[in-house]
Amino acid sequence: MDLFGNLALGLGVAVTPLNLFYAFVGTLLGTLIGVLPGIGPVPTIAMLLPITYYLPPVSALIMLAGIYYGASYGGSTNAILVNIPGEISSVVTVLDGHQMARQGRAGAALCVSALGSFFAGYVATVVIAAFAPPLVELALKFDAAEYFSLMVLGLLSAVVLAHGSVLKAILMIILGLLLGIVGTDVESGMARFSFEAPELTDGIGFVGLAMGLFAFAEIAVNLEQKSGRHVFTENVTGLWMTWAEFKQVFPAILRGTALGTMLGILSGGGATLSAFASYTVEKKLAKDPSRFGKGAIEGVAGPESANNAGAQTSFIPLLRLGIPSNAVMALMVGALMIHNIQPGPQVMNKPPDLFWGLIVSMWIGNLMLVVLNLPLIGIWVKLLRVPYRLLYPAIVLICTVGSYTANNNVFEVWVAIAFGILGYIFAKLGCEPAPLLLGFILGPMLEENLRRALVLSRGDFTVFFRRPISLTMLLMAAALLILIVVPAIRKKREEVFVEES
Amino acid sequence: MPLIRNPKDFAAGLLFMAFGLAALVIARSYPLGTASRMGPGYFPRILGILLLGLGSLLSLSGCRSGGEPMSRWHWRPLSIVLLSVLVWGLAAQWLGLVVASLALVFVSSVASDEFGWREALLSGAIQAASMVAVFIYGLGVPLPVWPVFLGGGR
Repeated sequence: MDLFGNLALGLGVAVTPLNLFYAFVGTLLGTLIGVLPGIGPVPTIAMLLPITYYLPPVSALIMLAGIYYGASYGGSTNAILVNIPGEISSVVTVLDGHQMARQGRAGAALCVSALGSFFAGYVATVVIAAFAPPLVELALKFDAAEYFSLMVLGLLSAVVLAHGSVLKAILMIILGLLLGIVGTDVESGMARFSFEAPELTDGIGFVGLAMGLFAFAEIAVNLEQKSGRHVFTENVTGLWMTWAEFKQVFPAILRGTALGTMLGILSGGGATLSAFASYTVEKKLAKDPSRFGKGAIEGVAGPESANNAGAQTSFIPLLRLGIPSNAVMALMVGALMIHNIQPGPQVMNKPPDLFWGLIVSMWIGNLMLVVLNLPLIGIWVKLLRVPYRLLYPAIVLICTVGSYTANNNVFEVWVAIAFGILGYIFAKLGCEPAPLLLGFILGPMLEENLRRALVLSRGDFTVFFRRPISLTMLLMAAALLILIVVPAIRKKREEVFVEES
Repeated sequence: MPLIRNPKDFAAGLLFMAFGLAALVIARSYPLGTASRMGPGYFPRILGILLLGLGSLLSLSGCRSGGEPMSRWHWRPLSIVLLSVLVWGLAAQWLGLVVASLALVFVSSVASDEFGWREALLSGAIQAASMVAVFIYGLGVPLPVWPVFLGGGR
């Protein structure tokens, strides 16, 4: 069947009143819960998963997909207004989005984030529909060595983000990797760094770690400054950009979309990696890179487009190969299994209405997101226009209950407390927590692919340099490192020079 | 010239070295394996050595090049906020979501300079009620609403 026939079939499935209703409910629920700090898409989907048992498979997937977009979008609103990344892929949005809010440009930041996500979602959906088969073949060429090199490249590009010392950022990544492998070793079944705590054999919880590092530590730092305000809503009046801003962000949205689409198919952490990569690209391409981290609108537009494109195209490996590329996708596999559908190549052919219905509903879900949220942002903003002395206890409460609900276990709350202390120490020592978070997520994957690559090469480390795709990515990583390190050296020398003269 | 010219970098380096050392000590008992058959101790040891090596580099650079002094440490707001979280964690499954949430809001409010106990209690009550609505009735989180010895309630 040709592309248009397929899309028409999908349209027929997705535009039934019932499925439109579920797309609407999913998007609304996702946004509502996503706006609450501390509850990212993963716990949201996990909590709503049982509901989908009562729905037909297509409707269930459509609703889950809606929750996913909604939660991602709510996460961005949070990142911009409250300086808390609702989910890991909006860590980058915090950098410039929150700075824009501090400067009273929250309206423009929210608007560009919504429109960028919508545009990226629209394009990515067309890409999935048109290029799914050949793109999967490209991803199939990737072996463990390529995945390892890709992750090294991704991690090093995260270093560029930290506007502090490069060495500190690299150390934070390594510490993140170490924290990420806490728990049962997949291969030997041995519990590592678990300190005899049964909860730790499943690994350190992402929710508790993120809550502690970002929410609790940030609140403590804010409370030190008497005038320090957390939420910036004073000047959120117009939710529109100026024409000059639009011209500035449009190329960034295009680049972010392209980057996200590619990386979403290739890599495990599609949305996150592409958001980080897009930020790096925008920073490098900017005429004045020093604006970044201080409220550059491209720094919001590019990553927001990239993470949405990446999030959507990461459906391709899931639906075609049955491989979940991240935690959200793993939950999607769970939803399919509930309905006795084995994800894999047959999904596309056997019930074609499922695959194409989902594809078209992605587009509808994105449209609903913009239609729902541009007017609704006003309500979120009103909710957030509360004095900080009333707001921060609420954030602490939601984060605490949110940590608990991740596993319905108080242990996650203790994890959040521990990382709150650590996060405060990091803040005082000038160490950015974002690279640690990325290392934490990629830790287990990095180890697994290193292992597999070395098993295949019989312990020969040169395998990473002998495979052309892997070598290319490692060379890019090395080039990146040199690019970052050299100006740093120069700057240091200048500092010394200034001090001595 | 003082020995430590960038206290932030110096201290951060020490912190990373401590993590690296701890990882190496704990991972001592994990089988190392070989490169072609990595045991559970292989990757942690690589990371531990990297933390130790690069951490000492960071500390050394903190002695060489200058930097801004460390800002003052304020343990009070952090302790109060984390204490309120601790109280919630201890109370939630026993005293129920309402009491635990009220306690969290009240205790954490003390950290603010503009603390007023009337306002804190009122905002705590409102927030406790919305927590129950969202998490218990909305999402079905398995926690008691009221103290267990009073029946818990759902």
